[in-house]
This record gives sequence, structure tokens and C-alpha cells, in this order.
Amino acid sequence: MEFIKPNTNIDFIGKRNYAYGFSGVLIVITLLTLLFQGGVKYGVDFAGGTLVQVRFSGPVTVDAIQKGFDAIGISRPQIQTVTDAGHSEYLVRTEKPVKTDEQFTNQVEKALKDATGQDAEIRRIEMVGPQVGKELREKALFAIFYSLLFIAVYISGRFEFKWFQSAIIAAVLMGAVYGLELLDVGMAYVVPVALIVTLALFWYFDLRYAMGAIVALIHDVTITIGCFALTGKEFSLPIIAALLTIIGYSLNDTIIVFDRIRENAKKFRKLPFDSLINQSVNNTLSRTILTAGTTLVAVLALFVLGGSIIHDFAFAMLVGIVIGTYSSIYIASPILMAFQGIGKRK
Amino acid sequence: MKPHWGKLAAVVIVLAASVIYTLPTWKPNLWPYKKINLGLDLQGGIHLILEVQSQKAVEGVLERQAFEMRDHARKSSIKYDKIDLVDGKKIVVSINGKDAIDKFEKVLADGFKDLRIASRNTDGDTLAMVLDIPDKEAEHIRQMAVQQALETIRNRIDQFGVSEPDIRIQGENRILVQLPGIKETQRAKDLIGKTALLEFKLVDESHDVDAAVKGNVPAGLELLYEVREDKETRRVSKTPFLVQKRAQLTGNYLTDARVQIDSQYNEPYVAIKFDKKGAQLFEKISEENVKRRLAIVLDGKVYSAPVIQERISGGEARITGRFTTEEARDLAIVLRAGALPAPVTILEERTVGPSLGSDSIRQGIVAAAIGGLLVVLFMAIYYKVAGLIADLALMFNILMIVAGLAGFGATLTLPGIAGIVLTIGMAVDANVLIFERIREELRTGKSPRAAIDAGFRMSTWTILDSNITTLIAAVVLFQFGTGPVKGFAVTLSLGIISSVFSALVMTRLIFDYLTSSAKVRTLSI
Repeated sequence: MEFIKPNTNIDFIGKRNYAYGFSGVLIVITLLTLLFQGGVKYGVDFAGGTLVQVRFSGPVTVDAIQKGFDAIGISRPQIQTVTDAGHSEYLVRTEKPVKTDEQFTNQVEKALKDATGQDAEIRRIEMVGPQVGKELREKALFAIFYSLLFIAVYISGRFEFKWFQSAIIAAVLMGAVYGLELLDVGMAYVVPVALIVTLALFWYFDLRYAMGAIVALIHDVTITIGCFALTGKEFSLPIIAALLTIIGYSLNDTIIVFDRIRENAKKFRKLPFDSLINQSVNNTLSRTILTAGTTLVAVLALFVLGGSIIHDFAFAMLVGIVIGTYSSIYIASPILMAFQGIGKRK
Repeated sequence: MKPHWGKLAAVVIVLAASVIYTLPTWKPNLWPYKKINLGLDLQGGIHLILEVQSQKAVEGVLERQAFEMRDHARKSSIKYDKIDLVDGKKIVVSINGKDAIDKFEKVLADGFKDLRIASRNTDGDTLAMVLDIPDKEAEHIRQMAVQQALETIRNRIDQFGVSEPDIRIQGENRILVQLPGIKETQRAKDLIGKTALLEFKLVDESHDVDAAVKGNVPAGLELLYEVREDKETRRVSKTPFLVQKRAQLTGNYLTDARVQIDSQYNEPYVAIKFDKKGAQLFEKISEENVKRRLAIVLDGKVYSAPVIQERISGGEARITGRFTTEEARDLAIVLRAGALPAPVTILEERTVGPSLGSDSIRQGIVAAAIGGLLVVLFMAIYYKVAGLIADLALMFNILMIVAGLAGFGATLTLPGIAGIVLTIGMAVDANVLIFERIREELRTGKSPRAAIDAGFRMSTWTILDSNITTLIAAVVLFQFGTGPVKGFAVTLSLGIISSVFSALVMTRLIFDYLTSSAKVRTLSI
């Protein structure tokens, strides 16, 4: 069985401007949404606050739940139904980290029972203090930054044999970020700036494979964040895990294409670079689509059947796989070519 | 074609090890390897991060010093204007008269060598002095407070009875507490968070309580309440007490605390027993204060304030307060384990009820099974026999991940299950790469044998490159992640390593076996 016929030759490079346009629109939408909403929506993990998952023995109204929480001094909580439970189950969230010691559970259960007339069972409590929330936020940013940096070093080393050069760049950047951390500069500014500096340095030292890969990764992460912002979903720790996995997955794709480009470059020395890239992308197209397919199927199963807690994680992965596959075909390779062009003119 | 003995041996060893490590998870007592640890999100339980307010311990030390200093001054009949604790950070002293100053200097030199003189001013006959604790000593007190809090909490948990609790210090003044599988989450939390400072304070009856309630509390006294909730009417009553600020006796001298049932009212109470010194103190206090009331105060709340009828020797007392049996039991535990040296606050809490945990496992396993089945079917249809080989490799893959989790004592969390599902999807990638390559080579007219050789050779580095980069992301995630996310990083890493092994070694071995022994001319791929 074959989905992609052996002699398929789609002109991906020729259509790159459409791809740039498409990605550009997505990124602009992302940025506008973020601007409009005033940044990403943090869940309890990052913003601090309290989340209570409660199951009732019978149907209740949101108003009644509201009343119950009012009675114990938690005013205006966000209340959300847990859809897949098949029960009358709700997620209740407040911005404030409530003091959860001293009879908190009993108090809430009692207040809810009084207000709704149904037995209430607290199934989950998550409380994160503001300090911890801030620390987790910084940790998450660091995780994304460091993984991108290490990956860049590995790619430069493997594809262009510039282990030494890239390792020094990375070491300097890590040192600088660490220094700023000690000085207590807000990491929310440092990490994005450090990413831009990283890109600039890799560009300056002409480490174009790493550049291409990193641009594609930033592209994927940005658009996934955009999808989250658009659908009003919240960022939590597992979502960061999903973003890092997307980085790994998308890179996987990109590297396989890059590998083929390198191999074909040795085989067909006379071929112009754009045809070379086209041929390589076409060579690996079948694999790209198959793997994306099997991974999507697995993640889709998780999305549909995995339950409410893992739902957003699966959603992020779904978006990320689609975007990651698209970007390794339409973004990473054309960017490689763009830099190739600059290199020749030098 | 020479057989690949090395590869065969590697595969056999890895498989055997995987089976050995995996089996105990299903049949626990087969051999002494551990089951897979389930994370708190799967088996239910509590995760807490507590902050020890260690500065409070330093304040406590200073408060005692200030008290003793006043005591000494009184005993040496030094008239002082002021010996006060200010901001909980320093003792401010002010003394008038040359004679008094000289005597005070002597007291200071004899009994308070540990205090640092932060500033000292003599203006005529007046001495103004500020004393505090040296930074190094304060740091030591703070560290000890955290250490002691850890021990105390561990002690309480042990007595409460939780299997495999994880309690440790995190950073400077934080304590991580993880109690897997616990059902009475609120009780456990109350037990951990209680400071459990037991004090015996004399009730002052010479001043007006009502005036004190209005905010006019005389010096040296404080206003405490006894709070009682009627279990039936749910009415809460608060009785104010004016008590001496200084405790006559504290829980430090306790040796034992047990639950007993009052035969008269059939109500549980906590019987406490003092050590020798405590017993002596108690005897002296009771002797000197017959007919006065002695309040039993726990964490600033009055439990009872009985009238002392006679001298009490033997060092035993009881704490009553209309407890339920559970309340009495928990109170006895915290009293036995001792007070926390400083109050703790909960910075982070994640509690998962046991029913939610089992729901999560069920849903996770269903998702993994369905996802896996679809991928297996797809591979078999698309690549036929080769697809079946890949499916076999996939099975081994999952087996290896499970064995890895058990073998390394890692914890399986809900995101961890997601990691396995993801691995199922991504694991076939390596095989797809190889198969696509073999197909390409076949198209150029190579024999099956040569195509397989070339296919594997050409894709080996690609597979390594693409997986190593994913591994980098997973390792970074492990480094920065906490709890469930760490579990995800673990399964993802294990999945990457095992899928590379199964694709490059296992699948290869099967292909080699098929093509060498049967002399095949066509390849079902």
C-alpha cells in the first residue's frame, strides 16, 4: 500500500511564499490575540490560586454552587462543568490561594451540601501560592529556552561539524542568563530576549541548519500558544510538557528532511539548491505523512478517551503535531535555502 | 551470511530483563522486584509544599531571652525603664542610673553572652542598648527549625500510619510532603499543619474580662478564647479568658499522650504525662496556685480551664474538650510527636481523591489500548509482513518501557501514560523510516537482501539524530519539571531509547533471519 507515489514531485519551494504568508497570518493572529487578552491565560499552576474539583450526587445549578462558595467566603469563583465524567461534576477555581488547612474540605463539602441540597464529594484540590506560581513560571520558561539551546548545539555539531563554536555560544548564553537570574531580573523578559540573541548569534556565525530548525520550532510553539489563547484554554504544567514534546517531535521531522538534503547534496552536486530541497522533501514525504498519521491517531485516542485532566495536554499535542509537520516541510527547509542564498552572495 | 550473535544476545538479554522487571507489577509476590510506583495523580493522595516560618523560631528565642533578662534584672534588683522585644528582631534596653547600669552590664556578661550588642549609647546616666542575635546564629536557628519541623512532621505521619510517605526538605525553608494513597486527606493535612504548641497558663481573675474584650488588655496578660461547637445544634460558643502571657509549663516536658475514655460521660479525652522535670514544675505550680484556674492552651486556643483543687503530684493531667474519638486520637499524636518549632504555611497543595485516581488510570489505559490498536492495524495493513514485524517491535517497546519504569523505580503518572501513548505513535516512526528507505532501494532494482542492508545503513544516523534531539527536550523537561510532568519526561525518555533499540536491533534481527534462512526473493513490505 502506498499513499504517496514514488515519483511524486511537488514543488514545495516554489510555493514557499504562500507558506510564509499563511504562517505570517497565523502568527499575527496569535500576537493580536495575546495582545488583546493581555498575555496567555495562566492556570492555577502559574497564576497561583485554588482549584477544586467537586462531584455532586445529583444535578445542581451553577448558581447554587456559587452560593455555597459565597457562604464560606470564596466569592465569584469560576465554575466549569467536567464534561466527560457522566456525573454532575464541576471545576471551581479562584484567583486567590485559599488557606486549605484546618477543615477546608469539610467546610466546602458542608457549605455545598447546604446550598445545593446534594451530597458533595471533593475529588481534587490544587492550591498554588503566588510565590510558587512565579517560580513554576520561570522554570517553564527556562525549560523551553534550554531545550532550544541544547538542540541548536546538537544540530550545529551534527550537520555542520561546529560543535565547538556552537557549544561556546551556548555556554556564554547560559552564563549570561544565569547571571541575570542571580541579579533577579524578571525571567519573563530575559528568556525571550535571550532567544532573540541566540538566533542573532547563530545567524552571525552562519550556523544555518540550527537557525532553520530553531525558527521552525519557535514558529510551532508560537502558533500552538495562539491556538490555546484563541480557544481560551489555560496554561498549566502539563501544557509546558506538551510544548517541549512538540519541540522534540517537530524537530524529529525537520532533521529527517535536513538529513536527506545533506545526503542528496553529496549525491547530486550539480543540482540547484531549491531543486535539491524539493527533491529531499518529496523523498521523505511518505514517511512524514505516515508518522504524523500514526502519532495523530494515538494522540487523538488520548484526546477523546483520556479523560478531562489530560484533555488540554492532548489538544496541545494535536495542534503541535499538525503544525510541526507543516513547518518541517514548508518553513524549516525554505529558511535553510534563504540563508544559503545569503551565504552565496557573501 | 553470518548470524548476528551479538545482536541476538543483546535482544535476548534485554527481553529477559524486561520480563523479569515487568512481572511483579501483575503478580506482586513472584519475586522480590518492585511494582511500578503509581504517582499521586493515579492512586490518590496529597502533595504539599510547606514553608516553615523559621524567622518565628528566631523571634521565639529572642522573646525567651528578653523574658529571662527581665527576670534576672528583677532578681538582681535592677530598676529598668525598658527591656522589650521590638519587631521580633531586637531587644531594646533602656536603664537609668549608674549603679543599675553597672549591675546590668554584669548580668549581660554572665548570662547573655550569645546576644550581640548592635548599638550602645550612654547619655549622661541613661544607657540605651539594642541587642540582637548574630546573623550566623540566627541562620543556625532557622536551619534547626526547618530540620526539627521535618522530624516532627515525619514523626506525626509515622504515627498516623501512611505507607511510603515522602517527606524531605526542599531549598532553604520548605518541606515537601507526599502521602500516596491516603484517603482522609483533610485529617492528614490538619495533623501536619498544626503547630501543636501546648501551654499551661494561669487565668487572671483580678481584671475585668469584658473590658479586655473591648480592647483594653492589661500588660503581661492576653485574651484567649475557648471555642466550642455543639455537635447537635452546630451552635458555636466563644468564651473569653484573660490569662498570663507567660506560660507556666509547655508541652516540651511531655513524655506521653494517650486517648482515654471518660467513664462518667463516655467522652474521649487525652491523658498526658510529664517527664520528671515537668512533673516537678507541675507540682510546684499546682501547689502555689490552689483555687486558681489553670488554662490548657493549644496553639492559642483554650481547651479547658479547670480550677486547681489541690497539689498535683505524679505529673499527669488530662485535656478535655468534647472531642470525637478521631480528634482525640489526632491530638494525642501531635502532642506525642511534639510541637513544630515554628508555624508552617501551605505554599502548594495537590490533593487527588482515590476515585478520581482510578478513573484516570482506567481512561488512560483505554486511550493507550485503542491508540495502540489503531496504530498496529495501520502498520499491518500498510506494510503487510514488515508491518507485523514493526508491530512486534512495538509490543516489545511497550514491555521495555514498563520494565524500565519498574527497574528504575520511576513513578508512573497520568502524563506518564500520555507519554506512553505518544511513544506508541512515534515509536513506529523509526520503522517507517527504515521501511520507506527499503522500498526506495527496492525500486532501484536491488535484491531484498541488499535493499534491507542499504535501508538500515542509510536510516541509522537519521534515526539517531532525530531521537537524540527529542531526548534532549525530554531530559531538560525532567530537570525542570515537577511531579506528574517529571513522570512524563521519564516515560518519554524510556520510550525514545527503547524505540531506537527495537527498530535498529530487534527489527533488523528479524529481517536478517527472514532473508537469510528462507532465501526470499520478494519482500512483503
